[in-house]
Amino acid sequence: MIPAPFNYHKASTIEEAIALSQELGEEAKYMSGGQSLLPMMKLRFASPQDIIDISKLQGLSYIKEDGDVLKIGGLTTQTELEHNDLLKSKYPIFGDAVWLTADPSVRNCGTIGGNIAHGDAANDQPALMLALRATFIAHGPDGEKSIPVDEFFHGFYMTALEPGDILTEIQIPKAKPNSGGAYHKVERKVGDYATAGVAVHIELDDNGVCTEVGIGLTNLSPMPMRLERGEEVLRGNKITDELIEEVGKIASEDCEPDSDLRGSEAYKRSIVNTITKRMLNKALERARK
Amino acid sequence: MFSCKTSPEVGGMGHSIKRKEDARFLHGKGNYVDDVKLPGMLHMVMVRSPYAYAKIKSINKDKALAIDGVLAVITGEDLAQYNLHWMPTLLSDSQMVLPTDTIMHQSQEVCAVIATDRYIAVDGAEAVEVEYEPMQAIVDPFKALDEDAPLLRPDKEGQENNHIYHWERGDKAKTEEAIAKADVVVKERIHLPRIHVASIETCGVVASYDKVTEKMLIYLTSQAPHAIRTIVALVAGHVGLSEEKIRIIAPDIGGGFGGKVPVYPGYVIAIAATFLIGKPVKWIEDRSENLVNGFARDYHMDCELAATKDGKIQAFKVSTLADHGYTDSSANPSKYPTGMFSICTGSYDYEHAFAELDAVYTNKAPGGVAYRCSFRVTEAVHAIERMVDKLAAEIGKDPAQLRLENFIKKEQFPYSSPLGWSYDSGDYHATLKKAMDMLGYDDYKKEQAEKRAQGKLMGIGISTFTEVVGAGPSKDFDILGIAMFDSAEIRVHPTGKALARFGTKSQGQGHETTYAQILAEELGIPYSDIEIEEGDTDTAPYGLGTYASRSTPTAGAAAAIAARKLVDKGKKIAAYLLEVSEEDIEWEVGKYSVKGAPEKSKTIQEVVFASYTNIPPGMEPGFEATHYYDPPNLTFPNGAYICVVEVDEETGAIDVKRFVAIDDCGNIINPMIVEGQVHGGLTQGIAPAMYEGIQYDDEGNVLNGTFMDYLVPTAVESPKWETGHTITPSPHHPLGAKGVAESPTVGAPPAIANAIIDALYPLGIKHLDIPITPSKVWDAIQEAKQKA
Repeated sequence: MIPAPFNYHKASTIEEAIALSQELGEEAKYMSGGQSLLPMMKLRFASPQDIIDISKLQGLSYIKEDGDVLKIGGLTTQTELEHNDLLKSKYPIFGDAVWLTADPSVRNCGTIGGNIAHGDAANDQPALMLALRATFIAHGPDGEKSIPVDEFFHGFYMTALEPGDILTEIQIPKAKPNSGGAYHKVERKVGDYATAGVAVHIELDDNGVCTEVGIGLTNLSPMPMRLERGEEVLRGNKITDELIEEVGKIASEDCEPDSDLRGSEAYKRSIVNTITKRMLNKALERARK
Repeated sequence: MFSCKTSPEVGGMGHSIKRKEDARFLHGKGNYVDDVKLPGMLHMVMVRSPYAYAKIKSINKDKALAIDGVLAVITGEDLAQYNLHWMPTLLSDSQMVLPTDTIMHQSQEVCAVIATDRYIAVDGAEAVEVEYEPMQAIVDPFKALDEDAPLLRPDKEGQENNHIYHWERGDKAKTEEAIAKADVVVKERIHLPRIHVASIETCGVVASYDKVTEKMLIYLTSQAPHAIRTIVALVAGHVGLSEEKIRIIAPDIGGGFGGKVPVYPGYVIAIAATFLIGKPVKWIEDRSENLVNGFARDYHMDCELAATKDGKIQAFKVSTLADHGYTDSSANPSKYPTGMFSICTGSYDYEHAFAELDAVYTNKAPGGVAYRCSFRVTEAVHAIERMVDKLAAEIGKDPAQLRLENFIKKEQFPYSSPLGWSYDSGDYHATLKKAMDMLGYDDYKKEQAEKRAQGKLMGIGISTFTEVVGAGPSKDFDILGIAMFDSAEIRVHPTGKALARFGTKSQGQGHETTYAQILAEELGIPYSDIEIEEGDTDTAPYGLGTYASRSTPTAGAAAAIAARKLVDKGKKIAAYLLEVSEEDIEWEVGKYSVKGAPEKSKTIQEVVFASYTNIPPGMEPGFEATHYYDPPNLTFPNGAYICVVEVDEETGAIDVKRFVAIDDCGNIINPMIVEGQVHGGLTQGIAPAMYEGIQYDDEGNVLNGTFMDYLVPTAVESPKWETGHTITPSPHHPLGAKGVAESPTVGAPPAIANAIIDALYPLGIKHLDIPITPSKVWDAIQEAKQKA
């Protein structure tokens, strides 16, 4: 890797990181795992003058349930998500996704906070966050703030985070009984970004009626996308094969893919239909267990 | 199967010995070109063109030279002062070292920046200001031949269009007549796209000129260091570089696959720069530079296969358009501009064949670099194996049965092929039957019938290929006039340990183990007592290098014959020591004994010691031998591969369920190394079949110039390879061995393509070009459904 010259700063506390950011100005970039930033610097698509390394900030790597909320620290690595017992037993959607994200060496460094804060619709975690209705906690020059996922993604590489903000915690409603999630993406080979990916989370009541549902799409639109019309079809209804069929069709209609090396627009619209149906069935199976 | 003549301790042929070189690699003690650091060494980085076809209006060096640490920016104009701005290619074409006026492909070298450190050199390259006048690139090779196509190479005297050469073999009239009369003719245009070798180590050089001794030391990522030294002497002789003053060291090489045979502009510029500056200069390609500039294949083949209605093959015709980019930089034997493409008649016995090829210029990177293909055998095998399957489908015959009915029979060897090869040996029926048994072919045919009845897509694909490797006999094979022999030089030390040097160069093939085993087999000296060296032109005997699976057929044979010279010498010494006549001495590996009195014997080590200490009167002391081996023929390894796939009709996803590979490479030196070669080669076979292919847009831009989009398969994508062997020794090779490294790369793609197309056949899909990706399958399914 032969990047342009840059200054490296290492922060050990959130306060120090924010202070450095204010001192160095808007061009300074935070780096947690570096797995998105460094490739861009390698190709000199990005040449930040200052890098603020936040990977060693204390106390930002954790996965725990606290009251009604699952809390994940922003610096928790993908590998930690992959091997965490709580996630394995109660939130298997994370295992589905992390297993398909990049490769082990990238997952050892890459963090969940970085994956989300990068604002890239090709990353896998944003779709999960949409499906799971996450809320993000950020710390910045103006103190702490809480941002619901639906207000977080603003566009291509653009998020609600303002200069100096650090995404410190992800909060997800604690898994309810009779709930289940699933994620899959079609990729050209291991480690690839998604050709199309779908995250689904379903909650059922005792009668099998869908009380809440979240569907997020990966790499099928300029920014991470919620399949709202599909969710409305299911919410408040018993999920039947016919409804699943209908939601698959909606996914294919509502996504906004471009033709590229991963396949034509028509191909992507077709496979998102298939994956959506397959993930709804898988989430349903998990919810009914 | 092959039985071992030697004990495991001696470790001759047939022993699965762990590779001697691996300890060094596993401990991080390998020494690659980029590990070479010389005092005062400078670093070179290229400025490369964003356009595929453009005039250079100006190059402004000022901002680059203003950067602290940037020492020079070398342009084509600078090299032109020494007449070094162009260089010849091996096949009489010419290639720019650096351009003086025109850019011919995207990512072409525009100028070189030399700095005290690589980071500064990259900063310098970014600061060079180049003004271009882009022109409409020719990307489609068929359009390159249009009347109104611009002339891409006006620099070449007498060049009136973009056609480079026409080549043909065989009897055109008789072949066409046979095709016209045949009951059945199947036709297809088959394209093998550009692919990239993707060796782990990119190309690089450290060149260091000593102005006092006038010696030029070059560390180079080269598969053929001797040949390159001769080329450097021929190309740069006029500036004072003389062959005896040039030393090329190819140290450890991290994969070659053909990509490290050619001379790249970066090598020449680094050599020129150190010559002028007097300081060592290092140039190491980055990944994308490597990916975009090296390539193989790119043949468009119009095939016609004719047969009787019950499937007896009668004639094969193939007319090919070859896209060579802006220069023919093929590293082929001189008399073989299309390499060994005329092996395209395959493993089948029929009378008439005709192959022709037209090569054209386009605005792409220089073309013709081989990729683990034995000089265009991959293209040839893909053509015939696809067509044989197409014929089977057309007449409704089982493709295995069709092959069995058309194979050259065991007793027909040596077999003269319609296009002029003399196949040395093979037992094609046995090899295919072994593959069918290992797979359980009949069971899979039943399963396929059941699945088809349920509407599921399952396919079985076969490839029964014949390779041609081990170039080659001096009467036909040369590079720049140098005959394609290879060499071995053995020195046995007084204590019975040995050093052997070769004209070849391992890039990961395991020569340090394989060659030691050949010598152990012949001499009885344990393989662990034998050091193997290659790659240093000051010490190794002259040879043409390692590519096209030639090391065992050529240098391996040289080793055996040199060792046999030593055994003969040892016999005389043993007779002297045992006080009997030479005729009374018997040799069994490692030991000389008196006929009828086996207790009277001398070990090879004792005889060697005597050659230094107790020399028979009149005999030359020492125990050394050299042999330069000129092979009488090539070797023809072959194999039968069968692949089973299932295709997901909704997503186009392809699941390779089974892959059985039976190879026949004659006698085997190290079964574990052969197994490793086959596994690697099969993975490099699934690569172009399902993943790889350099893609261009209409402007000549490479669309997949990084590993994010150029999809090299990993262990995850690889099916479980199931391998096996039949053994039909080569009758003319001293060890009965044949090359093997490229068989799997050559044989696997058509097996996979045939399987996928077989799966899709019920939908009416009769051909797909590789790489066959899920999105391509999905597109084909939609198209077929629309037609239906």
